[in-house]
Amino acid sequence: MRRFEYHEPGTLAEASDLLTGLGEGTFLLAGGTDLLVEIRERLRRVHHLVNIKRITDLDAVTLDGEGLRFGALVTAGTLERHPEVARLYPNLWAGLRSLGSIQVRNRATVVGNICRASPSADTIPPLVADGAEIETWAPNGGRRIALADFFTGPGRSVLAPGEIATGIRVPPPATGSGRAYIKHGRRRAMELATVGVAVSLETADGRCTAARIALGAVGPTVLRAPGAEAILTGSRLEAGIVAAAAEQAMLECTPISNVRSSANYRRDMVGVLTRRAVTLALEAAA
Amino acid sequence: MKTLVTLTVNGEERSLAVEGYRSLLDTLREEAGLTGTKKGCDVGDCGACTVIVDGEPVNACLMLAVEAAGRDVRTVEGMQAGPDALHPLQEAFMEHGASQCGFCTPGILLMAQSLLERNPDPSDEEIRFGLSGNICRCTGYTKIFDAIRTAARRMAAPPADASGLEAAE
Ligand code: FES
Ligand code: FES
Repeated sequence: MRRFEYHEPGTLAEASDLLTGLGEGTFLLAGGTDLLVEIRERLRRVHHLVNIKRITDLDAVTLDGEGLRFGALVTAGTLERHPEVARLYPNLWAGLRSLGSIQVRNRATVVGNICRASPSADTIPPLVADGAEIETWAPNGGRRIALADFFTGPGRSVLAPGEIATGIRVPPPATGSGRAYIKHGRRRAMELATVGVAVSLETADGRCTAARIALGAVGPTVLRAPGAEAILTGSRLEAGIVAAAAEQAMLECTPISNVRSSANYRRDMVGVLTRRAVTLALEAAA
Repeated sequence: MKTLVTLTVNGEERSLAVEGYRSLLDTLREEAGLTGTKKGCDVGDCGACTVIVDGEPVNACLMLAVEAAGRDVRTVEGMQAGPDALHPLQEAFMEHGASQCGFCTPGILLMAQSLLERNPDPSDEEIRFGLSGNICRCTGYTKIFDAIRTAARRMAAPPADASGLEAAE
């Protein structure tokens, strides 16, 4: 492996100082399942690694009336094995379960998967559709940012220099709500998403009162589909409405062609998967 | 700069001097002399480097050795109960021809052991899911699945007498 200096700060303040003080080529290490690969494949020039695993209080998972909260060091495997996460957030669970392999998930952190800001990250669409927020620490005070507003491009986010993501908050599932995430890839295991679609619905008296659709791997970041959401909201989610929303989602995505798929195929799959995910979310809401 | 890292490897406390950028995989193989753990891809794709850290299977190529300080690491060398006693999974792999070139075998054995610890009677689908992070280029997997089913049956059978064990086959 290419050489780098390794640092193990004990507090967020120390980690933040290292990040800003050591200059270019300084990166945070949480799970490391992407970063160490990028170093080895020489995709990223790293001079300093700042491992945050010795910092306390970043590994908690809480699930209560406030919803789900997990810290920056919580691995995908830990959340995947949490029985209540699987029951209450089957969309997030599906995303977790299709991330890498069991071995990778035992190291990879969910917050790391998010901060890596890949448009095809499996954990992002379900969290965006559920209205999750990311919490940060910064020398002048942290903030809470809606995950939908966190990404600015592939690999880029609104995090300021020295600002550190410390955890994720997901609202509690409302009564009459349902959620689903469907990932489409060429194979079932060890695969990056060709397209991923997450839909979270809230319903009352047979009507959709709120809808959020998040599309993965069809744009520079995970995208919302506000036009499609507007078609669903207020409707009784009849087949014709769902089909119209799926068509609209196809117009709202901006896929590219790459080694995994052509843009046209991705757009078509957005239509198919949006329809299926709405149907699954609706079944779960019933 | 080297750091002295103290960890438990297969029940034995070891102190190893490592550079901060060395992987646990390279350290196990080159500093600890435990070459049972294999390096297939070095980027987390193949599972040949699987080891068990604090009870959870991980890719040793994706973990820095310094991160293993104070942790409990199990490798394939620790599977046997003694020099002449193979683990039931190892026995079954030999009987079924579940290992050909053998490069994937240490990782798959540990992954199978970890699966059976959690789930002593896995379905075929659960075995496949459990091994989805391990690549075998030789066997076509069928014999590996057969061996795991056989070992699971034997490990579940009461350890009474040898004839009972045969009857459970
Ligand atoms: S060598 Fe670690 S997964 Fe291939
Ligand atoms: S036996 Fe050769 S790779 Fe599995």
